Amino acid sequence: MDGRVIIIGGGMAGLSAAISLSEMGIAVTVLEKEPVTGGHVRNWDRLFPNRRKSGEVISFLNEKLDGIDIRFKANITGIRRNGDFTVTLDDHKEIHGNAILLATGYDLFPAVKKEEYGYDIYDKVITSAELEEMFRLGTMAEFIHTPPRRIAFVHCVGSRDEKVGNLYCSKVCCVTGVKQAIEMKELYPKSEIFNFYMDLRMFDRHFEEMYFEAQKDWGINFIRGRVSECSENADKSVVVKLEDTLTGRPMKITVDLLVLLVGMVPRPGTEALALMLGIPVSDDRFLLPADEHTQANSSNPEGVFLAGAVKGPACITSTIADGRAAAMQVAVFLNNKSSQA
Amino acid sequence: MKNFGYTLVEERLIDYDKNERRVLDYLKQYEPSVNQCVACGSCTATCPAGDYSGFNIREVHTFLRRGEIHHLKTEIRKCMFCGKCQLVCPRGVNMRNLILSLHSAIERLGI
Repeated sequence: MDGRVIIIGGGMAGLSAAISLSEMGIAVTVLEKEPVTGGHVRNWDRLFPNRRKSGEVISFLNEKLDGIDIRFKANITGIRRNGDFTVTLDDHKEIHGNAILLATGYDLFPAVKKEEYGYDIYDKVITSAELEEMFRLGTMAEFIHTPPRRIAFVHCVGSRDEKVGNLYCSKVCCVTGVKQAIEMKELYPKSEIFNFYMDLRMFDRHFEEMYFEAQKDWGINFIRGRVSECSENADKSVVVKLEDTLTGRPMKITVDLLVLLVGMVPRPGTEALALMLGIPVSDDRFLLPADEHTQANSSNPEGVFLAGAVKGPACITSTIADGRAAAMQVAVFLNNKSSQA
Repeated sequence: MKNFGYTLVEERLIDYDKNERRVLDYLKQYEPSVNQCVACGSCTATCPAGDYSGFNIREVHTFLRRGEIHHLKTEIRKCMFCGKCQLVCPRGVNMRNLILSLHSAIERLGI
């Protein structure tokens, strides 16, 4: 088939789309701003719900990248529409394509915005991403010198919160909290572990079972209530205040480590690209497809396609599937275009 | 930092650093399914004793998990061991043995 597809983003969505298109015999150029592909998944140690190594998923994709044109450290300075698309990079190189697929993903919510939780103020308040990195690099012992007596996870940090401007649910934090709670219990069997939640949204297959396992086999405590504020003791332990909403009483608990389950936010860079291409941005600041149910991978400017978390929070499984779905839509578009010509 | 004068009223506060968790520890040993509760309230909704005595086993359990056991002794006497709660529990908590174990916990721990 004639034509080239420009894919912006080399994470799960971009790579799975690139592989599918390439397997269909369509030429692809992937623009990745980092020196490596894999996106956020590279920062994970093990994935929910089966705790397999994230590297396995990355290798699965990497092994299929032979012959695909990937430009690393690519910074886009402009996109021109001239019937087709011409993308200009900061090294003045131009890439020509007949369709463009935006798969730029998300950023992590900056936890400093929830100042009341004390991130970047208290030593023992960290984010779930930082905890995951410690799992991956095996550096936990450098950060935690004596086995913690108590560890707590705060759900919905930066999600479902009007006060930070994010009404949406980030989807993956609930199950991440359950996974990491189990992993901490594995590392520190004598510690007591708490998850403070508003609701636990175990939406996907084997998630609810993992939550059940956390309670049954690991004795993780789940307390319903949103943490209101934290303070630090002289020994660096953290005092957490919340309402235990199931007893209707205020609660205070001291923990040795507080983990903030940070959600997903739209990337500022994506908004700039959306502006260049004329893609509508939704009220949650993620990109809006042509139709949320039936044309979830197409966008209103013709020839522009969307995949993955650029359209809002998504987990790895659905992002890979979405990348493949987008590839199919792009192929149909190119096919129609060449048969019309 | 500016002090806004926010305080908690002591007697309402659940202070997890000071409370009594021996009963829960005992229960975890003798009826480990206690950990499986998700506080859905099916047990309480179906409890015939609750209709007449105000017995709320979901609430008793939630307080127990927080180490709050002030009313535990009088509350669990209200159970008739009919087992309806166990029939409806979606998480498979062994309710009858849970309450029996609570009785023995109170006796053995001298509460």
